[in-house]
Amino acid sequence: MSRAGDRTVLAVEGLDVGTGHTPLLHDVSFAIARGERVGLIGESGSGKSLTALAVMGLLGEGLHARGDVRLSGRTPATRNLLEVGEREMARLRGDAVSMVFQEPMTALNPTMRVGAQVAEVMRIHGTRDTAGARARAVELLDQVGLPDPAHLARSYPHELSGGQRQRVVLAIALANDPALLICDEPTTALDVTVQATVLDLVVRGVQEREAAMLFITHDLAVVATVCERVLVMYGGRIVEAGPVGEVFADPRHRYTQGLIGASDLTGEQGRRGRGALPTIPGTVPPAGRFPDGCVFRSRCAHATDECGTPPGWTPRGGADGRGSAPDEAEEQAGSAPGEAGRAAGYACFHPAGDAA
Amino acid sequence: MSEVQGAAADAVTDSGQAPAGGSPGRRLNPSLLVGGAIVAVVVGLALLSYVWTPYAPMRVLPVEPYQTPNAEHWLGTDRLRRDVLTQILVGARTTLFVGFVAVGVAALVGVPLGILAAMSPGWLGQLVMRGNDVLLAFPALLLAIMFAALYGGSTRVAMIAIGIATIPAFARITRSGALGVMRTEYVVAARSAGRSPLGIAVRHVVPNVAGLVIVQASVSFAIAILAEAALAYLGLGTPTGQASWGRMLYEAQTTLRSAPHLALIPGAAIALSVLGFNLFGDGLRDWLDPRLEDR
Amino acid sequence: MVLRLLHRAMVFVLSVLAASVLVFAFMRVLPGDPARVALGINASEASVAALREQFGLDRPVVVQYLDWMRGMLTLDPGIEFISKAAIGPQIADRLQVTLILVTTSMIFAVLVAVPVGIWMAVRHRHADGVVMSAASQVGVAIPAFLAGIVLISVFAVRLRWVPSGGWAVPAQDPVGFLQRLVLPSIALAGVQAAVLARYVRSAVLDVLREDYLRTARAKGLRPVQALWRHGLRNAAVPVVTVLGLQLATLLVGAVVIERVFVIPGLGSLLLDSVAQREILTVQTVVMVLVVATLLITFLVDALYLVIDPRLRTGSR
Repeated sequence: MSRAGDRTVLAVEGLDVGTGHTPLLHDVSFAIARGERVGLIGESGSGKSLTALAVMGLLGEGLHARGDVRLSGRTPATRNLLEVGEREMARLRGDAVSMVFQEPMTALNPTMRVGAQVAEVMRIHGTRDTAGARARAVELLDQVGLPDPAHLARSYPHELSGGQRQRVVLAIALANDPALLICDEPTTALDVTVQATVLDLVVRGVQEREAAMLFITHDLAVVATVCERVLVMYGGRIVEAGPVGEVFADPRHRYTQGLIGASDLTGEQGRRGRGALPTIPGTVPPAGRFPDGCVFRSRCAHATDECGTPPGWTPRGGADGRGSAPDEAEEQAGSAPGEAGRAAGYACFHPAGDAA
Repeated sequence: MSEVQGAAADAVTDSGQAPAGGSPGRRLNPSLLVGGAIVAVVVGLALLSYVWTPYAPMRVLPVEPYQTPNAEHWLGTDRLRRDVLTQILVGARTTLFVGFVAVGVAALVGVPLGILAAMSPGWLGQLVMRGNDVLLAFPALLLAIMFAALYGGSTRVAMIAIGIATIPAFARITRSGALGVMRTEYVVAARSAGRSPLGIAVRHVVPNVAGLVIVQASVSFAIAILAEAALAYLGLGTPTGQASWGRMLYEAQTTLRSAPHLALIPGAAIALSVLGFNLFGDGLRDWLDPRLEDR
Repeated sequence: MVLRLLHRAMVFVLSVLAASVLVFAFMRVLPGDPARVALGINASEASVAALREQFGLDRPVVVQYLDWMRGMLTLDPGIEFISKAAIGPQIADRLQVTLILVTTSMIFAVLVAVPVGIWMAVRHRHADGVVMSAASQVGVAIPAFLAGIVLISVFAVRLRWVPSGGWAVPAQDPVGFLQRLVLPSIALAGVQAAVLARYVRSAVLDVLREDYLRTARAKGLRPVQALWRHGLRNAAVPVVTVLGLQLATLLVGAVVIERVFVIPGLGSLLLDSVAQREILTVQTVVMVLVVATLLITFLVDALYLVIDPRLRTGSR
């Protein structure tokens, strides 16, 4: 498979996740380059977190992943992470790839001092000896803007505020200078006042390390400030991808259009009038209950019979009009059009912006 | 199969992406079914003993003692030439009767105490719960032994002692349930509307803790069966001459070598009933609150 | 933390006081006359009155209560009504035996239940975990005295590996002591192990669902390592409560097991005293058992403070 240059840190190709019966993710493909910050957006239940957990190899019992996930950290990406064993995967986690979770209140061990929790990640990977890890932990706590880090390192999580705890989690994630940082809604549970600070720390942290970042959120405004590129997910598929500016200014997929319309991003298309607050009609179906063909058609005002077959991937600004013939779509997914093709585009028969 | 789907739903929920609108349905779990079946059998046997037993209860028969199970005596005969199956059937009656009265007494006292403790947050509530904690230090067996020292052993003493010792369990579970109910908006609304505490207790609290109380009753029933059997075994419960599984065990102990079935049969009856009520309680809890499933 | 400990200690002392009043009330205030109970229905009024006077049972109840309390605090609760034997030394002797039995059982129970419970939790979706869980449910339902009877019939009566009961002083006959300790300990431990294993399972299951365990795995720990380093200490909190409650249950369970195996422990003393209507002895032994139970509860509370730092400062 072709790599888009040496700078690719994470390459995901045709990732499927599901239980024995229920598919939860289908044909998820994307790549992130070194120093690149990519947002992954969608409503709750669209499969964002599942994507992250699949990459981390932290899927729950009973969930199976298929596809190809490659990570080039300090070593070149030679192996599909979905095929390496738990032992090897554990060596990568916390080292080459690390993750910040949504719930800072519960993400830390309540019976362990926070300094020890930061130091532990360095001890596990043998990055530093005990004393070195302890000293470095204090430095890291300082770097994430915690006051009096030496003293704070001796506190227990319950003595810290939510924002402080999330900084500790960030310090753990950055401790071994990961090549890829995955953030799963890291600021959603925080007070609005501290959100901006924590976001700033995240961005600064990855910039200093020139790390790649996958940033999961449902807050489009956050994506607009933090990320360069965005992936839009719905029903366990990536339905649209592209540079943040382009996608937000000119969404092609009807779902993206709806998301932007329902968000508080300023823009003409977001404010259709004062009377009705624009929302996407209906609710996200429960896992496994998405319609065949275009997953969004059960909620889409533009859906036609055509949408009963899966829409192909149309590169943004590429060949005008429709992509491949609908019945070839499955085939095409299998033969993966390559990352370049997937970096910007959409999967919709009736894209917004086309003169209807 | 549904297990795996449950796993998927769990995983999706864990990842913070709850499938919207999908509420986990109440499904009958194996614990509830198996437990319910066992309880039904025990109750059935006890009821059966009122209309039919193979031989007259506690009758000494003109047959060989220590018979192993055979066509005439399905579960054999004991030292005193009595039919074992008959004793098991009548013993089921004793067991259920003791359990029913003990749990009934405990619930009748414990539930109001628990509601009182929850609804009066001041010193009264504290006092009730502290008293409860002290009572908790008196297990059923100890209380029964104490009473037996004064009044002699009898089924009634056993029931009362087990009942009193079970009060704290009901008071605790009711209080914790009631505290939850007191925080709900409709109760806050009812209070601010000036409804009397008693009215609130009857209209809102009791219906909402009923599930918890029923589950506790099933679990307490199992404990009561164990306590009754132990007391009868110690000679402090049901007296000689009345059928009781624990008493049968006691009488069988001297003939363990020659007739082990005389101990094994009532022993199995006790263990099976306790298992039944425990499973039933567990199953009921899962059924009433699916979120707690497979804990 | 010290303040909290003091508070718990105070609760303990008050609970002991309340319990003593309760025991006294049950034995003395409720209808029933200890002297009459002791001497039987056929005793003459004169002998009953004499016994009453000898033991001060004709004094006001409050005075009797205070007298009893003073006796217990000075570890000399008096002499028995009938045999006139001193109660204190008897209790001390018997308590030793019971404590040995209970401690051994507790150790057996913990040694079996903790690994089994963890295994059941980790494998709760697999056949072996489910089977073990069902087996533990059956174990919970088997009363200790039944287990004792079965053990005797197999290992003492049929196989003749060990004596069916009795006791030996460890210093004089260590082998005999161990031989006589093993069956009752297993009988007593069996049910407790089953109950405890179920609590360990549910505590570990709860912990396995915790976010911080996922964090631990995201740090690069394998599942077993994550559970070992981050899970078990947290799972210990609810388990310690149960352990305390179980220790109390074991004390009472020992009463029955001592009867099954004819062991001269506190339980045998209690039951013998009941049979001989030695009310003062019954009352005192019951009080010892209740104080032991309350003491265990207090110690468990104290242990919490050590395990869970959140409780130390009180801002949960």
